Amino acid sequence: MATMTMIEAIRDALDLALTEDSRVTLFGEDVGYFGGVFRCTAGLQQKHGVARCFDTPISELGIVGAAIGMAAFGRRPVVEIQFADYMYPAYDQIVSEAARMRYRTAGEFTCPLVVRMPTGGGIFGGQTHSQSTEALFTHVTGLKTVVPSTPYDAKGLLLAAIDDPDPVIFLEPKRLYNGPFDGHHDRPVTPWRGHPLAEVPKGRYHLPLGQAAIRRAGTQLTVLAYGTMVHVALAAVAETGIDAEVIDLRTLLPLDLETITTSVRRTGRCVIVHEATLTSGFGAELAAQVQAECFWHLEAPVERVAGWDTPYPHTAEWDYFPGPARVAAACRRVMET
Amino acid sequence: MDPAAPPLRLTFGAPHARPGTAPDFSDFPVPEAGAMRRPPVDTPAEEMRDLAFGMIRILDDAGEARGPWAEALALDDAAQLEGLRHMLTLRAYDARMLLAQRQQKTSFYMQHLGEEAISCAFQRALRPGDMNFPTYRQAGLLIASGYPIGTMMCQVYGNDGDPGRGRQLPVLYSSKAHGFFSISGNLGTQYIQAVGWAMGSALSGAEAIAAAWIGDGSTAESDFHAALVFASSYRVPVILNIVNNQWAISTYQEVARGSVGTFAARGHGFGIPALRVDGNDYLAVVAAARWAAERARRNLGPTLIEHVTYRAAGHSTSDDPSAYRPSDEGASWPLGDPVARLRDHLIARGVWSAERHAQAEAEILAGVIEAQKQAEAIGTLHQGRRPSPAEMFDDVYAEMPPHLRRQRQQAGF
Ligand SMILES: Cc1ncc(C[n+]2csc(CCOP(=O)(O)OP(=O)(O)O)c2C)c(N)n1
Ligand SMILES: [Mg+2]
Repeated sequence: MATMTMIEAIRDALDLALTEDSRVTLFGEDVGYFGGVFRCTAGLQQKHGVARCFDTPISELGIVGAAIGMAAFGRRPVVEIQFADYMYPAYDQIVSEAARMRYRTAGEFTCPLVVRMPTGGGIFGGQTHSQSTEALFTHVTGLKTVVPSTPYDAKGLLLAAIDDPDPVIFLEPKRLYNGPFDGHHDRPVTPWRGHPLAEVPKGRYHLPLGQAAIRRAGTQLTVLAYGTMVHVALAAVAETGIDAEVIDLRTLLPLDLETITTSVRRTGRCVIVHEATLTSGFGAELAAQVQAECFWHLEAPVERVAGWDTPYPHTAEWDYFPGPARVAAACRRVMET
Repeated sequence: MDPAAPPLRLTFGAPHARPGTAPDFSDFPVPEAGAMRRPPVDTPAEEMRDLAFGMIRILDDAGEARGPWAEALALDDAAQLEGLRHMLTLRAYDARMLLAQRQQKTSFYMQHLGEEAISCAFQRALRPGDMNFPTYRQAGLLIASGYPIGTMMCQVYGNDGDPGRGRQLPVLYSSKAHGFFSISGNLGTQYIQAVGWAMGSALSGAEAIAAAWIGDGSTAESDFHAALVFASSYRVPVILNIVNNQWAISTYQEVARGSVGTFAARGHGFGIPALRVDGNDYLAVVAAARWAAERARRNLGPTLIEHVTYRAAGHSTSDDPSAYRPSDEGASWPLGDPVARLRDHLIARGVWSAERHAQAEAEILAGVIEAQKQAEAIGTLHQGRRPSPAEMFDDVYAEMPPHLRRQRQQAGF
């Protein structure tokens, strides 16, 4: 089986979708001839024609607004926002329009579209190339929000997202595009090559939205993470020697609450990790759900490790990033209680 | 149904050339230098539409300054020589910072190659107190207003000498004292802010005007259109600049412009007088900027200026333009090189020579290298003295709220 980077896996999914479904249309800034600044659509315009994969003017509002109209017409737009940090001009279209179209028309008009965007930091991108915006989407009812952490998942989740009847926000952790980054920024970069979850089957397969994956089975503690933080959590757990269960949520909404609660009821301890800022982050939702569902099984307060509540700084990037040391410290604290 | 009606389809524009084909600007009209009329500054927009479609050019191929814009400008030799030095400084600064990025002394850099005239020349029309709302490709505004390049380098390195405390991406400078508003990484946002700043000045009965800046690609953002409608509604004392350098990363300017018209012509949809200027002509940019500034200062309202130029380098250090345009395309760009054009003009006038130019280039480079040594003595991205990470928590609010205080403590500070 071929190993792929996450970029290649995403491109493979898009290529398949274009081939198999004539309604699928890709567009966004620099996605056409050039194939996107991260190269996720490289070669697709050349292969499928300009009408299937094209460059847009620099207007995120325009990109999503047009996608909504197109989806309502009956096509399957898959659009790219160049960085999640640039989705704000599109936010009104996403929140007030895409997310609510089905509800306000009682199903007469719908918005089956996918908005892809690179998310997260770790590339010295400063505050406008590093943000994790997932909570701004999970807070909006009517949207589904997906964050893959491996090439295998990226392909299967993206194909499922494209087939989904509702709008899906597909957040691609850019620090994972080329390798399973575990937060040790001072070590040599690990490529995806050789990683079991970089083996990507040919052809179509779907990973259902709303299904978490257990990345490491364990008995003492449950760590909830998604995206880049899955790999950070795995590294942190390995360093502590704690027998922790690491759950990769994969889809934030709909959430696989059953996998989470089954685990926490067994371990009695829970650490939640995300890169986005702490306050009102998705971790707050997870912590609330865990305490409501597992209260009588908890041995210690639920801990959250997250980005500090500041804009993402440029030079202090690694002091901001919730790396393995902070995650490991939280795991140890929770074990001591 | 009309049986004769064809199936509907869209039109997708394409640039003149892509890699593997020959560069071709043959359908890019280059009006004669000196040919464009210079209307009085109080001319109503609808009576000067021609200026949005033609091009104000002063310097001709022989280095001669021509036409009514040249006559009205009357920029003395000393000022022109200073302008040349500003452009040479910017070019040398870019070259050194590009190298520094390649040496991993910083994470990222963006050059101005081929576009130096616009920002260096424009600043001449402004006075202390006026405010630019620049993009990342107008560092010439800072250089021409006397901002120390050493401090610019400290920003690029994010070292302890960076007034922005290492928080922003390299090249996103800020200097209130030099009329240079903090650059945002989000395109277009500042266009309307410039309008608001100028409204603030007018509401306060002050004298300061504002200049907004945007790239060709970014004119597609709604912020651009909001700026034009506000500027038009209240006759705001603002100059609305568009730098059309033909490319927005890999996307040719036609995608944002549409297949007909010019960027300058957008002004007319809002009743705003618009000038289209040869952006590689230092003198033409000063002339147009002064015309627009006079309108603003005399309460005649906003002016839109499209500066036509060519982005001769990659978009940024993360970009390889040979993937989407012929690598020799810049050599065929019909408006030439801004530094060479002003140099040749000054030589033709007998106030400059090839030898003095070479000497000036060497001197300026030496000065830039000296400033760089001093900046690097403070530190670079990964070495030396950097702002303490504890500062990351400052300036989120005027007063640090308890939750941030707690987080700073957790972070070990
Ligand atoms: C809101 C927003 N969308 C997208 C980007 C990514 N981006 C950065 S520069 C750029 C191209 C801008 O082109 P143009 O406006 O022509 O300016 P130029 O770089 O040519 O000076 C893009 C798409 C961004 N910074 N902000
Ligand atoms: Mg441009």
